[in-house]
Amino acid sequence: MHNSKINDFVVRFANVNGTGSASANYLFAKAIFRMGIPVAPKNIFPSNIQGLPTWYEVRVSEKGYLGRREGVDMMICVNPQSMPSDVADVKSGGYFLYDSTKALHQELIRDDVNYIGVPLMEICLREFTDPRQRQLFKNIIYVGALSALMGIEFEVLEQLLTEQFNGKEKLIAPNIKSLQLGIQYIHDNYAYPLDLRLERRDLIGDRILVEGNDACGLGAVYGGATVVAWYPITPSTSVAEGFEKHAKKMRIDKETGKKNYAIIQAEDELAAIGMVIGANWNGARSFTATSGPGLSLMNEFLGLAYFAEIPAVLIDVQRTGPSTGMPTRTQQSDITLAAYASHGDTKHILLFPSTPKECFEMTAGSFDLAEQLQTPIILMSDLDLGMNDHLSEPFEWNDKRKYIRGKVLSAKQLEDMPHFGRYLDVDGDGITYRTIPGTHPTKGSFFTRGTSRDEYAAYTEDGTVYARNMARLLKKWDTAKDTVPAPYLYQQENKSPYGLIFFGTSTDSAEEAMDIMAGQNIAFDALRLKAFPFNKTVEDFVNTHERVFVIEQNRDGQMRSLLINELNTNPQKLIAILNYDGMPITADTIMTQISKNLIPAKNLVYHQ
Amino acid sequence: MTYIRSKFRHPGLPKNELGYTTQEYEGAISTLCAGCGHDSISGSIIQACYELSIAPHRIAKLSGIGCSSKTPTYFLGNSHGFNSVHGRMPSVATGANMANRDLVYMGVSGDGDTASIGMGQFVHVIRRNLNMVYIVMNNGCYGLTKGQDSATADEGSKSKKGVANPFQPIDLAGLALELGATFVAQSFSGDKEQLIPLIKAAIDHPGFAFINVISPCVTFNNNPGSTKSYDYVREHMEATGTTDFVPEKREITTSYEKGSGTDIQMHDGTYIRLEKLAATRDPFDRLGAINALQNSRNHNEILTGLLYVEPKTSDLHEIIQTSDRPLNSLRQDELCPGTLALADINQDYR
Repeated sequence: MHNSKINDFVVRFANVNGTGSASANYLFAKAIFRMGIPVAPKNIFPSNIQGLPTWYEVRVSEKGYLGRREGVDMMICVNPQSMPSDVADVKSGGYFLYDSTKALHQELIRDDVNYIGVPLMEICLREFTDPRQRQLFKNIIYVGALSALMGIEFEVLEQLLTEQFNGKEKLIAPNIKSLQLGIQYIHDNYAYPLDLRLERRDLIGDRILVEGNDACGLGAVYGGATVVAWYPITPSTSVAEGFEKHAKKMRIDKETGKKNYAIIQAEDELAAIGMVIGANWNGARSFTATSGPGLSLMNEFLGLAYFAEIPAVLIDVQRTGPSTGMPTRTQQSDITLAAYASHGDTKHILLFPSTPKECFEMTAGSFDLAEQLQTPIILMSDLDLGMNDHLSEPFEWNDKRKYIRGKVLSAKQLEDMPHFGRYLDVDGDGITYRTIPGTHPTKGSFFTRGTSRDEYAAYTEDGTVYARNMARLLKKWDTAKDTVPAPYLYQQENKSPYGLIFFGTSTDSAEEAMDIMAGQNIAFDALRLKAFPFNKTVEDFVNTHERVFVIEQNRDGQMRSLLINELNTNPQKLIAILNYDGMPITADTIMTQISKNLIPAKNLVYHQ
Repeated sequence: MTYIRSKFRHPGLPKNELGYTTQEYEGAISTLCAGCGHDSISGSIIQACYELSIAPHRIAKLSGIGCSSKTPTYFLGNSHGFNSVHGRMPSVATGANMANRDLVYMGVSGDGDTASIGMGQFVHVIRRNLNMVYIVMNNGCYGLTKGQDSATADEGSKSKKGVANPFQPIDLAGLALELGATFVAQSFSGDKEQLIPLIKAAIDHPGFAFINVISPCVTFNNNPGSTKSYDYVREHMEATGTTDFVPEKREITTSYEKGSGTDIQMHDGTYIRLEKLAATRDPFDRLGAINALQNSRNHNEILTGLLYVEPKTSDLHEIIQTSDRPLNSLRQDELCPGTLALADINQDYR
C-alpha cells in the first residue's frame, strides 16, 4: 500500500528540543527549494529550551500551495516521547522513518503504514566518538537517508553544507560523511527512491526563503529606523535581532566605527514603547516589536501617542492568547486590541503583511506612515509568518524613493510663519504641523501632553475645544483611509454573489481553498486586506456581495467585528471562517466551514 | 494660584552670555497651590539654566504625572516639553536622548511618580546612566488626589487627617546611591542657595544626575506631625526672581550659614533638620555617602547637598557606542543601504 506522489506531500520531523535537529531539518527544506520545488516549512515548537518534543513540518507542493496541510505522508521520528502520537498522525499508506537501534514496540505497528528503520544511534556510536557529534550527526544521517529515499540531489546538499560552514571548513567533512552513512544504509537495505519523491523543477524563479521577522528587521534598517527599544518575548524577539544583524553590517560609521543606530533592551514593554515614543518625538525613526502580552502592557502609551499625535512603529508578532496562552503557537487574535488600544476614544492604524516581502515593505513604509499621520502604526505579523521560513518574492527597494517625513517645520519655516499652532489644522486634512525639539531658539516650542489641549498646545478643560480636537482626529482618520496600503482585489469586477475576505497568514490557505473550489465550479470573489482603517474598496466589496466569508485565525471573528463596527454593515452578511487551535489555518478547514454555510451545502473534495 | 502675571520686566534686568534675561527661561503661570514648594524648584531651574547660559531650545523637559510633573509648564517656555504618562518619564527621556544626544534632558518627577508606579523605570534609567537631570519634587504625599501617603512618607508621619503612616519610607537618594547613580544630591525646595548650584552641577554632569528635593505640600502635608511640613518657616521666606505668586502666601525658603546644619522648626514644635554636607565629607566616596545618609536618617535629619559624584563617567551613548552625531540628524543616504546591498541580501536567502 503506497501513495505515489511526486512533489506533493507533507514530511514531518519529530525531534527532541535542543538536540540540534533544526539545522538538519532546514537543510532538508532548503535542498527542496534549491531543486526548484515550492516548499513551506513550519516549526512546531514547545515553550521550552531543552527536552520537550518539537516538530518540523515541510509541505512540498508543485502547485505552489504554501499554506499548512493536515496529514503526514512521511514521518521522521527520532523522539521516543512523542512516538505513539507520531505513528497515529501518519496518513494511511504513508511512511514512518524511525531509529531502529531499538526495536519498535508492537503497539506502534500499524498495518497501513510503511516502516523504514534506520539504526541512527548505532551508526553514530560506531562512527563518532565525541558525545555531541554522536547526537548532532544522527540528524544529518536521517537527512542522508531521506535524500536517498526521496531523490534529493546529493550535490545540492553538499553545496548547502559548504555554504553553511563557510569559514569552518573542518565541519564540512564529518557532515558529508554523515549524509553518506544515511544514503549507504538505504542503498544497502531498501528499495529506493520511494514513490513519494522529489523531482527537480524550475518553479522558484527568483524567489527567496526567509523568515518574516528577519524581513521586518531588514525593513526597519531600510526605512531609516535609528532607535530600537524592545523587551524579549516570543515570537517577536527575532525582529530586534534581525535589525541588529543587518544594522551591524550596514549601519556602522566608516570613520569612527560607531553605530548609526541605538538598540535598547528595555526593562519591560511599557518602557520599550515609551522609548519609542520619546525617540520619535525627538525626530528619530524608532520602533519596537512585541507580542500579545506586550501589546496589552503598551496600551496606555499607545493612547498617549494617539492623542498627543506622536509617530511610533510597533511590530506585533501575534501568538495564541489570551494571557500567556500558547506562547509558541500562532494566531491572529490581537486585532481588536490593537485597533482600539487604550482607554477613551482611540483608533490605530494596522498593517497586515502576508509574506516576508510585505514584512519588509510594510515595515519600511510604516515609518513614512507614522510620520505622515503622526500616530502609531501597528504592523500585525504573527508567529507563523515571523518565525517560519516562507517562500517569498524577493525584497525590492527603489533608490529614488525618499523618506516621507511628514509635516515637520524647519527653523526657516518657523521664522517665516506668522504664528505656530501645534494642533492647528492648517491644511484641512486633520494633520497638523509639528516641530522637533532644538529647532529654533524662540519659535516652535510646545508642550506635549496626554491632557486635553487647544490648537496651540495649551492645556484646556473647555469641552468645546476638546471636542473640536477629537473631531479633527477623526478627520485625520479619514485621511488615513487612503494613505494606508489599499486592499488587494482578486478580480476586476464581481463575478460571484459570494466574497472572501482574508489577510496576513490566512492568505496562502485561502487562495488554495479558492483554487480548489474553482476547480469544482464554485467561484468566489476575494479581497485581501492590507490595512486598517478600511477604505471605500472594502466597503464596496462588502456591500456588493450577498454573503462575505471572513477568514481569520481567532475564536471571536475579530476582523469580522471590526468590519461590522467600522462599515456599519449587516452582521448576518458576514460569516466567520475561523481557526484558533494555534496551528496555521488550512485550506481544508476553510472549505469545510464555507460549505456548511452554502445552501444547499456543497460537497467539496478535500485533500486526501 | 493667580491667573494674572504682569508682562512688565525691569529694562535693566541682567543678561547672560547669550544675551537672554531670566524672562526667556520662564514658563507659563503656575496653577499649583500658592506656596507650593514645587514652584520654588521651578524658579531654581529657571535660574540655573539662565546662569549656565544654555539656549532654552537646547533643553528638553520631561515629566510623568502628578503635581510635580505639571511644573515643566511653568519653567523654560522656549523649550520643548513632554508631560508623559504616570511613572514613565524615564523611558520617554531615554528614547529622546537616544534620538539626540546634544540636548540637555531635564526630567521632573514626584515621589508617587518615582517611588511607586515609576520605580521600575527609575531604577533602570540609573542602571543605564542616561545623561539627564532627574529631579524628584518630594512631598511625601499624593497632592493631585488630595493627600494620600506616598512611598517616601516617613514611618509615623501624620497625614492631614491625623493618621500616622505605618510603613517604612523609600529613601530615593539612598536607593540611587545603591544602584550606582553617578551623581546624587539632596536638597530642599526653599533652599535656592543650595539648590541652584546643585541643578547647575547636575546639568553639567555627563551621566545620570539625581536630585531628591524635599518640597512641601502646603495643602495636604503641612500639618502637625507631618515630617514634610513647613508651615512654620514661612517667616523665613524670601522672594525669588519669579513673579508667579500672590503675595499673601509666598513660597517658602530658608537660608543659613554654609557648612552648618539648620533646624527648620514647625509651628507644632516638630522639626526637620537640614544638614549641609560637611566640609570633611568626600563627595567621591559612594560608601561614605550611603553611611552618612543612613546616619542622618537614624538621627531624624535630612542630609542635603551633593552626596556623591563620579565626574568621569560613561553615559549610555558611550556604553553602546552610538554615533557622535545625533541619530535624528542622520540623512537617508546614511541610513538606507540601497538596492545594491539588497540584491546581495536577496541572494543570501536563495
